[in-house]
Amino acid sequence: MLLGFLILLSCQLAGEWLMLVLGLPIPGPVAGMLILFAGLLWYGEVPAALRFPAEGLIRYLTLLFVPAGVGLVQHFELLGNEWLVVALTLVSSTFLTMLATAMIFRAVYPGPEKDAADG
Amino acid sequence: MDELNVSSFWVYFASGPLLWLVTTLAVYLAAVWLHRKLGGSPLLNPVMLTMFAIMGLLVLTNTDYDTYFEGAQFIHFLLGPATVALAVPVYDQLPRIRRLWLPIVSACFVGGLIAVLTAVGITLLLGGSEDLVLAMAPKSVTSPIALGIAEQIGGYPSLAAGIVLLTGIIGCALSPLVFRLLRQKDPAVQGFTLGLAAHGFGAAWAFQMGSLAGAFAGLAMALTGVFSSVVIPLVVGLML
Repeated sequence: MLLGFLILLSCQLAGEWLMLVLGLPIPGPVAGMLILFAGLLWYGEVPAALRFPAEGLIRYLTLLFVPAGVGLVQHFELLGNEWLVVALTLVSSTFLTMLATAMIFRAVYPGPEKDAADG
Repeated sequence: MDELNVSSFWVYFASGPLLWLVTTLAVYLAAVWLHRKLGGSPLLNPVMLTMFAIMGLLVLTNTDYDTYFEGAQFIHFLLGPATVALAVPVYDQLPRIRRLWLPIVSACFVGGLIAVLTAVGITLLLGGSEDLVLAMAPKSVTSPIALGIAEQIGGYPSLAAGIVLLTGIIGCALSPLVFRLLRQKDPAVQGFTLGLAAHGFGAAWAFQMGSLAGAFAGLAMALTGVFSSVVIPLVVGLML
């Protein structure tokens, strides 16, 4: 558990440093995710010590968005003035994005699953 | 005298970070319980309930966001390692991802582009202010990346973070309608769509549908995040 947490934080730290050195705008956690993914490809399997903290964090992923979301409280004035624009844009833009994504994915899909048994 | 004691007691606790940390966890657990009791509808998201309840509490107790964040930052911090952790479910689905690389890359490119074009375009069309346009542009991108993008293009990061979260809630609420409209039942397609349009929030929702949907949502979130951090500053530069 602790070892797994250390692996996660080390990948994040390595990601932060790498992006700083390369001067890329990709945030540390996402770079860290790519680093961990490369590490797993090299190692060949997910170590048990990593699986436990990783799946625990993912299970409570939505909770982790709360502190940032509460930050909306600082923008009540702007939202009060433009709430209709915000609501209409978010609903229509998100709807169109989802529709397009699912349709494109479907359009180039290589056909039905042959390996339906696994997973 | 008594009144003074009560108020200094309150001030002591309110200034300590523990109060808002405990409040956030307690309100979240209560919201999850209430959500389950009411039948688990995607319209009544537990995170949305938690957010609005806490915002109400902050307004009622006259607490500013910085004070709240002193306690809540411990939860916020875990978003970093949790994002890294998404590599695990993605790795678990490696054989499927190898097979589906073409739809993955095409959907990421087209979906990511449509997300920013419609967000900026519709906001401008409806007469939104420039501050709003800049906060809207990264709305489908996972919040750590969206914060960075908002900063880079000159918007308010905290407003962008809030809009990203609202997008996540709206995406989850709209998803049953979209999938029914397209008669789409494949968990890989559903997960990818949720992760692309509704970032980590959609991924969390997809994980509740199953680990395959969750893995594709995590993958979509990561790819869209990387793609968007390059494309959004370009698009905003062209459209504003």
